[in-house]
Amino acid sequence: MMRRRLLIVLLAAAAAGAAPLAAQSGGELRFVLRSEPRSLHPHKVSDESSETIRYLTAGVLIRYHRRSQQAEPELASSWKILDGNRRIRFQLREGVSFSDGTPFTADDVAHTIRSLLDPQLHSATGDAFRGGRGAIQVEIGAPHRVDVVFSTPVAGLEKLFDEVAILSARSVRREAAALGPFFLAEHRPGSHILLQRNPHYWKRDGKGRRLPYLDAVRLEIQQNRELELLRFRRGQLHLINTLEAELFDRLSAESPALIHDAGPTLDSEQIWFNQVAAAPIPAYKKDWFRSRNFRRAISEAIHRDDLCRIVYRGHARPAVGPVSPANRFWFHAKLKPHAFDPKGALRRLAQDGFRLQQGVLSDRHGNPVEFSLVTNAGNRTRERIGAMLQQDLARIGIRLNLVALEFSSLIERITRTFAYEACLLGLVNVDVDPNGQMNVWLSSAANHQWNPGQKSPETPWEAEIDGLMRAQAAETDPRRRKAHFDRVQEIAWEEAPFLYLVNRNSLSAISPAVRNSAPVALRPQTYWNVEHLWLDARAARNLR
Amino acid sequence: MSRLAPLASLLLIVVAVASLAAGLLAPASYETQFRDAPNAPPGVRFLLGTDDLGRDRFSRLLYGSRVSLLLAPAAALLATALAAVAGTLAGFLGGWWERLGRGVMDLFLSLPWLFLLLAVRAALPLNVAPAVSVAITFALLGVLGWPVAARVVLAGARALRQADFVLQARASGCSRTRLLFLHILPNLRPILAAQFWISIPVFILAEANLGMLGLGIAEPLPSWGNLLREMESYPALFSAPWLLAPLVLLLVVVSCFQLVLAGKDSRA
Repeated sequence: MMRRRLLIVLLAAAAAGAAPLAAQSGGELRFVLRSEPRSLHPHKVSDESSETIRYLTAGVLIRYHRRSQQAEPELASSWKILDGNRRIRFQLREGVSFSDGTPFTADDVAHTIRSLLDPQLHSATGDAFRGGRGAIQVEIGAPHRVDVVFSTPVAGLEKLFDEVAILSARSVRREAAALGPFFLAEHRPGSHILLQRNPHYWKRDGKGRRLPYLDAVRLEIQQNRELELLRFRRGQLHLINTLEAELFDRLSAESPALIHDAGPTLDSEQIWFNQVAAAPIPAYKKDWFRSRNFRRAISEAIHRDDLCRIVYRGHARPAVGPVSPANRFWFHAKLKPHAFDPKGALRRLAQDGFRLQQGVLSDRHGNPVEFSLVTNAGNRTRERIGAMLQQDLARIGIRLNLVALEFSSLIERITRTFAYEACLLGLVNVDVDPNGQMNVWLSSAANHQWNPGQKSPETPWEAEIDGLMRAQAAETDPRRRKAHFDRVQEIAWEEAPFLYLVNRNSLSAISPAVRNSAPVALRPQTYWNVEHLWLDARAARNLR
Repeated sequence: MSRLAPLASLLLIVVAVASLAAGLLAPASYETQFRDAPNAPPGVRFLLGTDDLGRDRFSRLLYGSRVSLLLAPAAALLATALAAVAGTLAGFLGGWWERLGRGVMDLFLSLPWLFLLLAVRAALPLNVAPAVSVAITFALLGVLGWPVAARVVLAGARALRQADFVLQARASGCSRTRLLFLHILPNLRPILAAQFWISIPVFILAEANLGMLGLGIAEPLPSWGNLLREMESYPALFSAPWLLAPLVLLLVVVSCFQLVLAGKDSRA
């Protein structure tokens, strides 16, 4: 009898444990910003810390959902794209107020777009609107209906609005009045930023409770990642948004339940060769770098699987091209990473007259193949990648000199003087739409890194990419856009102007006290659904 | 203290010989990556384990000691030679020469040497072999490190200029050149020797600091500086104390230099 009673008690306890916990309001979510935000103005965001504050405080018309990767209505209850992708019509939500109680209307949207386009503001978000699209008009049809009209068709128009924080046209608090789940309450430079719950936030949960559940978010400014990890383990922080592979593995060994690997990010590491005609490097090296065979041979001599396994401890994937597999729609699934094949690489090089003799590769004129690879100093991951490339290339007789330069001198070399041979850097991708890469792929663009600012395309394949990028930007049918951009990816794979190395995984750590978390690969990985996060007070106490 | 000096000298000799014989003693090349065994613990195959790229730590420590122990004295010699020339001339000639010398020394001391090193590195050609980049790094350290020693030498030279035996030599018609080479420089020798010995650990640590910033010796060449960078993840030190090996060696060598110096001072 006693045993049966005990069993009933245990079953009841198990059932209670299995039942979903009701969300608890209150509490302060704490995590770290790795640098001081450069600006608190939501239209002047240019760094990750500022972006975090914008994401947590800004109200946007349309949100690009980080999990479904689809545009979803936010302050605009619906939208229509009209006039062949020239006009977007927003129907705005009614009864919405800013954090200071000022009502939200179409005037605020018009004020926001005008502010965004003000050349004096130097807004990077505004650049995405301005770039080659002529004048932009805002037409207010009714207090809660507004049209934004472009002079030329814009592909993926709705995605432009994911980063546009709506500012109040009337509030005395100006850009500090927020429509997002939190508003900026306190900023102590070098110490912390405190965001408090927006009491007027418009979203409610399934039971009609006003969101967000959290009372506040405290962002502590802390550069040292070891200290961040230490404080997380002590329960003083609730999450680490991005973890390096080494720290991830260390935490994984101690508390596997706290860590999350959400798969490949949009970010990539890549190298490219300087193909600028006027670059101050020897002519024979320019000939190497302009040869597709040479670039492909180098790519095939790189053991990407080893890079993923050793440098990233298995938390990365060999990269294929400019689009990561994390970008579900735009990724070209038929392409595979260049296979590791040193013998094949030597065969390709032989086609261009290169010969391997006594372990040294020489070109047809007898010049030994040696080049320098610049990267930014102090980045351990890139130094490790560089060291591994040295050994991989030594296998085919190439000597690689790795040079770590202070960041501003590196930028000076790769953008102004072009006094470099090859460069290893990463691309942090925040935009899933190929329009976000126009400034890389157009041969006239400043970020066309291997040979920027061309007056007219210097190679037939660059001309073809120019045409395809412009065609996809003008196209309204997503399938035809995808076909154009797939071809761009194929050309990039064949010509290898960038040698894509790896796409690192999104690694994070989340305290068990944080409920409703669902880490994803896209930024912001752990708090993209911050309004639904809540702190389980019991779990939080157990942590301390 | 002076009794420890011979032992310190012996230890320095052992470390120097072991590093010079790295080619014979090291079980592997400093750059070979055993990709099947990254972060391996110490064992029979790898005495001090492997680093995160699978390179044998013991071999890298031997080759790294060669780099640091050969080039730090070379940089110290360069700095001491520059200090000897500038300090002796300024102190011996006196007057506005001395003021000019002090001004130049103060100017060099006030230079933000880290930024200067960064600027010089950025201006150098990119395609230099690792060995050349090592030599350049230490040459720069030597060129930038002379003013501290020069101030000490200047003070010594000025004191000697006013010494009775120098005044007597001058009164007896001794030329300036003869005074300098026969009376001043020989008496400055202990100061110059002390400055040389003091500078060696300073340059070893300076290179280690540059290494910690990722600006020291280029990959794949090891030095104590870039070996010490493995200690950045200090919690890992508790689970892998063998990572402390380069730090222990650095402390031993720097302490030995200090003991040797103290022994010389006490003998003087």
